[in-house]
Amino acid sequence: MPAPGPVSQTGKPETPDFKSELLSLVPFLRAFARSLTGNPEAADDLAQETLVKAWANRTSFVPGTNLKAWLFTILRNQFYSDRRRAWRQAPWDQDAAEAIPGASGGQFHAAELSDMVRALRRLSDEQREALILVGAGGFSYEDAAAICKCAIGTVKSRVARARKTLIDILDGAERLDDTDRPAEGEAARDIMAQLDKLSAGDPSKKRGG
Amino acid sequence: MMQQWNAAVPDEDKPSEKARAIRARQRAIGRELRRMYDDVAHEPVPDEFMDLLKQIDQAAAAGKKS
Repeated sequence: MPAPGPVSQTGKPETPDFKSELLSLVPFLRAFARSLTGNPEAADDLAQETLVKAWANRTSFVPGTNLKAWLFTILRNQFYSDRRRAWRQAPWDQDAAEAIPGASGGQFHAAELSDMVRALRRLSDEQREALILVGAGGFSYEDAAAICKCAIGTVKSRVARARKTLIDILDGAERLDDTDRPAEGEAARDIMAQLDKLSAGDPSKKRGG
Repeated sequence: MMQQWNAAVPDEDKPSEKARAIRARQRAIGRELRRMYDDVAHEPVPDEFMDLLKQIDQAAAAGKKS
């Protein structure tokens, strides 16, 4: 019979709490992974790799600190290391990227969304991740800086530049009186599908060849 | 901050109106980003994640026994 109780024989924090916390943060890992990879399957692979790594390194997590930020750091590291490896091995599979349901360019039904996607695509990785962490993930500049391993001021300037770039692009493509038109839920899902395609098949980044 | 945003628009237009429009644009962009992120975060967690955590459990249990 396994020993009950909150503390293991080694004195480490016992696993159920940590594991249930991991589980509770899976949705956010998936969301962040999706925003980084732009591909649902790659994102879930990445999120799972992150869980495995997090578990393997659980003793290096300092209880009471921000587990979500810790996990995001692992995920981000894993993303860039996977991608460096993938780029050395093979270019992205354009056909597979285009086979993603709903990702077809012919299904754009709002010009504004298309502009938005184009604008996001033109951000650097650094700007996009900073904007997503702060603007969508709700992280403080401080936590985002820790996750991205850069200074707080660097995150601030990346977020500011990301926003400015998006606005410059969008304002160049649209009149300002479109400003307050929000994207509704269905449209936002389309953005995601479009992002899937764009980031998987971006020739300027992935096919330097 | 304001100057930075104003720099993106022509000076001859009313700066406050432009600035307001740009802030509104910024908010709209923020809403879209959050919605994209939240849409994924609100999806049910796929079974494979539960399976993975179960495997972790089993590995932990096996590790304890040995």
